[in-house]
Amino acid sequence: MGWAIALHGGAGDISRGLPSERREPREAALRHCLQIGVAALKAKRSPLDVVELVVRELENEPNFNAGRGSVLTSKGTVEMEACIMDGNTKRCGAVSGLTTVVNAISLARLVMEKTPHIYLAFDGAEAFAREQGVETVDPGHFITPENIERLKQAIEANRVQIDYTPPIQKDDKKETPIADVDSQIGTVGCVAVDSHGNLAAATSTGGLVNKMVGRIGDTPIVGAGTYANSFCAVSATGKGEAIIRATIARDVAALMEYKGLSLKDAAAYVIQECAPKGTAGLVAVSATGEVTMPFNTTGMFRACAAEDGYSEIAIWPSV
Amino acid sequence: MGGWAIAVHGGAGVDPNLPHERQEEAKQLLTRCLNLGISALRSSLSAIDVVELVVRELESDPLFNSGRGSALTGKGTVEMEASIMDGSGRRCGAVSGLTMVKNPVSLARLVMDKSPHSYLAFSGAEEFGRQQGLEMVDNSYFITEDNVEMLKLAKEANTIMYDYRIPTVGLDTCSAVVESPLQMNGLPISVYAPETVGCVVVDSEGRCAAATSTGGLMNKMTGRIGDSPLIGAGTYACDLCGVSCTGEGEAIIRGTLSRDVAAVMEYKGLGLQEAVDYVIQERLDEGKAGLIAVSRNGEVAYGFNCVGMFRGCATENGFMEVGIWE
Repeated sequence: MGWAIALHGGAGDISRGLPSERREPREAALRHCLQIGVAALKAKRSPLDVVELVVRELENEPNFNAGRGSVLTSKGTVEMEACIMDGNTKRCGAVSGLTTVVNAISLARLVMEKTPHIYLAFDGAEAFAREQGVETVDPGHFITPENIERLKQAIEANRVQIDYTPPIQKDDKKETPIADVDSQIGTVGCVAVDSHGNLAAATSTGGLVNKMVGRIGDTPIVGAGTYANSFCAVSATGKGEAIIRATIARDVAALMEYKGLSLKDAAAYVIQECAPKGTAGLVAVSATGEVTMPFNTTGMFRACAAEDGYSEIAIWPSV
Repeated sequence: MGGWAIAVHGGAGVDPNLPHERQEEAKQLLTRCLNLGISALRSSLSAIDVVELVVRELESDPLFNSGRGSALTGKGTVEMEASIMDGSGRRCGAVSGLTMVKNPVSLARLVMDKSPHSYLAFSGAEEFGRQQGLEMVDNSYFITEDNVEMLKLAKEANTIMYDYRIPTVGLDTCSAVVESPLQMNGLPISVYAPETVGCVVVDSEGRCAAATSTGGLMNKMTGRIGDSPLIGAGTYACDLCGVSCTGEGEAIIRGTLSRDVAAVMEYKGLGLQEAVDYVIQERLDEGKAGLIAVSRNGEVAYGFNCVGMFRGCATENGFMEVGIWE
C-alpha cells in the first residue's frame, strides 16, 4: 500500500544511439514532472488533480508530442487530443481536434465536470473552451521548427511509398534532426494512486506526424489509450490504431477484474499478447500501490516513483 | 460451427406510451432489415458486408435516429457518427461529426479499408468521404419534421434540468418538475427521439462483425461524441463475438460495454447470454442501455435495463424474433 505515480513521454523506435543532447533534456523533463507529481501526492492532492497537473506540465514541455511540441497533420496544422479518468467513479472526459487550447488535459477535465457529456471534439470543443475561459493561444504557439521538419520528411517518405503506410526511417538519415525518435510516436500520460487506493489516469497527444486532418487516435478513447477503475489506472502510448483494436487500457483492468491477475501480469500479458510487437507501451498503477511500465517497442520515455522509495527514470529496457 | 446468426436494434429506452402505429412501423422496419440480412447471409456475403448493408438500410429509413431521421444538436443541425468492426483481424473504422455523408456506416468502412487510420472526424472525415466518392447530401436531407418538434420539447425540458447536468447527480433534485419519471440521457422519455441503430452478424464461417450508427442525442452540444463510434464502447467484434450497444452513451463509454461482453467471455469463460446478462447487470452504473450480440457458434443474445429496446434477431435454424418490450 502507499501512493505511486508513473508517467510516460511516448513509446516507439527510439534509437539506442540517441545523442545525449537529445536524450538529456527529455530525461530532465521526465524527472521534473515526476518531482511535481510526487510533491503533489505528498501534499495529499487527489490522484485526479495529480495526473492533470503532471500532464499539463508534460504538455508545456516542447520535447514531447502534446501541447506545445505536438506533431503536425498533413496540412501542417496541430490537432490535439486528451482524456482523463477517475478510478472510483469511472467519470471521464475527453477532447479531440483542439487547435488553440494550451492544455488539452484541463479541457478534458472540464468536459468531465461541467458538461453532461464525456467527449467533445473540434469546433464544439473549442467553443466550450472559450465558454469556460481556459487559456487559448494562436495555433502557431504549438508548432515547433522541429515538427515542421518532421512533417516534411514524412511527406517525402510517403511520396516514395505511394500510399499512407507509415514512413520507415532508415538509419542513413542519422544526420537529420529527427533521426532520434520514430516520427510516428510520442504521447504523454500519467497515472497515480494515493495511499487510500484512489486512482486516476490522464493521456494527451498531438497524434501522428502527417496524420489526416480529423484523425482520432487511441489517446482520447476510454478503454484504449486511457482507463481507470477501482483496480488500476492505465495510460497507453504507441500506434493508436493497434491500441484501439486491442482496447489496451481496459484490458489491463479486465484481466485483473475477470482473471484475477496482478497488475504486472495483466500489463505484461496485454503488451506481449494483445498488441503486435513494436506498437505499444503503457504505464499503470494498482490500488495497492504497485507500478508497472511495460512496452514492446525499442524504448519508452518513462518515469515512476512509489511511497516505499522506489524510483526509476528510463528510456530503454532495463538490463 | 453453429451456422449464421443476425441481430439488429433501433435503440433502447422506449416510451411505454409510444402510439401503437409507431410500434408497428418500427417492427416492420426491423423485420425488413432482418430479412435483408438473412438473404445476404444465404447468398454467402461475409459478416462485415452484411452489417454494413443492414445498417445502411436503417440509416436510410427516417424512423430511427441515424442517417435520415437523426436527432438534432442544440443548433438544429445533424451530426452523425458510426463505427464498424470486423472480428477476424479486429479491424475497425469509425467516424464522427458528419453532416453530409448519406451513409455514415459506409464511410466508417472506408476508413477501415482505405485509410491508415481507425477514426476520422468532422471536416477531415467529410473530405475523406468526398475523396472516396461517397454519396453526399445537404444537411437538411437528414432533418425530419418530427425531430424539429422533438428538439423544441427537449429545449423546454432543458431549461429545467439538463443544462450542464453532471451525469451522476441532478436527477433526484429535478424530477419533481418533470412530468415523466422515465428518463434517458437526462430527458423525459416522452421527448426522447428513437435511438441509435446497430447490427451484429456471424456468418456461416464463424466470422463475427458489428456496426453501429447514430445521430446522437437530441439537443446535444455541437461536437459531442457518444459511444457509437468508440471501439469497445458502442461497437466491438473479435473472433469470439460481435456486439452493438445503445442507450445512454456516457454510461456505455464508462462501462466499455461492448468490449466487456467479449472480455468476460475471453477472460472469465462465460457463454454469450451469460456474458450479456453479466455486463448489463454489473457494468452499467446508473445508466440505461441495451445491447445485441452474436457468438461465433451462431448464438444470438440481447439484454437491456431500460423500458424496451427495438430489436430483432434470427438464426440459421429458423429462429426469428422481433420485439420492443421485455
